Amino acid sequence: MEQSSEYQEITYHPEHGSTDDFKKKVKRTTIILSVITLIELGLGLTIYAMNLSHSHFVVLLIKGIIVILTLAKAFYIVAVFMHLGDEIRNMIMTIVVPLMLFIWFIAAFLWDGSSWKNYRNTFDPSFKERTTVQPVTSDTTTIIKPTTRD
Amino acid sequence: MAQVATATQTKWWSGGKSPFNLEYGKVMMWYFLMSDAFTFGAFLISYGTIRFSTNFWPDPNVVFNAFPGMGHANLPLAFVSVMTFILILSSVTMVLAVHAGHHNDKKGVIKWLFWTIIGGIAFLACQAWEWTHMIMGDLPVLVDGQIEKWGQTTAHNPWGPPVVGMMHEGVQVTTPGPVAFGGFFYGITGFHGFHVFSGVIINIIILIMTQKGVFERRGHYLMIEKAGLYWHFVDLVWVFVFLCFYLI
Repeated sequence: MEQSSEYQEITYHPEHGSTDDFKKKVKRTTIILSVITLIELGLGLTIYAMNLSHSHFVVLLIKGIIVILTLAKAFYIVAVFMHLGDEIRNMIMTIVVPLMLFIWFIAAFLWDGSSWKNYRNTFDPSFKERTTVQPVTSDTTTIIKPTTRD
Repeated sequence: MAQVATATQTKWWSGGKSPFNLEYGKVMMWYFLMSDAFTFGAFLISYGTIRFSTNFWPDPNVVFNAFPGMGHANLPLAFVSVMTFILILSSVTMVLAVHAGHHNDKKGVIKWLFWTIIGGIAFLACQAWEWTHMIMGDLPVLVDGQIEKWGQTTAHNPWGPPVVGMMHEGVQVTTPGPVAFGGFFYGITGFHGFHVFSGVIINIIILIMTQKGVFERRGHYLMIEKAGLYWHFVDLVWVFVFLCFYLI
């Protein structure tokens, strides 16, 4: 493509070959994003429809798959739609490397939340009583205390 | 192949050229978006921390089951899927607008930018409906032995553990749920909605500038690329908001 840019600092344009190639690429990415979204919805509804809430492991597995599919979607948006995949390596690294902090960020904070829950369940029996689903019959409803703000 | 050769043989840091092969505005847009990603990340992670610290959290399939014009039909996740597809499609039209810009195709830019703006407005309208529906809801909640009608606000969460076997006018009675749900939901989707709103404003300004021929005179459509990066980022954030609030 022509060097239309007044920007002298640009050494070369990584731009996409012909318009047809580009349109094909966009079409393919759109289809990938849509299909992944549909699969995610299907998995989300599976958790609901099969009433798996009692099987902790299966729910966790399905949610894990959904998270991985979402990361795939994020990759396609950033690499194709935002053209980060076409930039030079140094540029890609200055964006991607700082984002690695998220790995620690997510692990540390979720761990912290979970540990807080375990401590409260262990040392504050009323917390556990107030916040877990319990079979209650209608004649005992008067003694149910409302959940306090936690 | 010529490009690969250029990329590997050029001395990027010897001066006189951008070491990242991008113009200043685009590099800075990338770094702004990276910092914005940390802002959204901090919000979503704090939501996750609170969620992990409680024994009970509302099931999104139960919370988000309404659809405009469908009354009380139980349609879990249907409406939010529509919103997600609207945003994905508006991202696609933005890619096409940027592409038209590369080829200095003024008509193409105007056409695709217009559809992007329509997509953004449609998304905001959907969000407005969803918020209204949730705030105005009247779900039976058992508080101190009395049934109260609650909507989802930042102070009340009607989606707590259900009172087994207790119905009120054909609707399952619940106990109050974790209050933090409302604050996180409205805070994070609101912050995202504000990004969509500012994205629509930016796109409208760019559309007017294109129509007036500003970029034609300038000889390039780099502004479209920068606005495009922002718009795709908004779509990217929604992918994660969708994940954290609606799917898991």
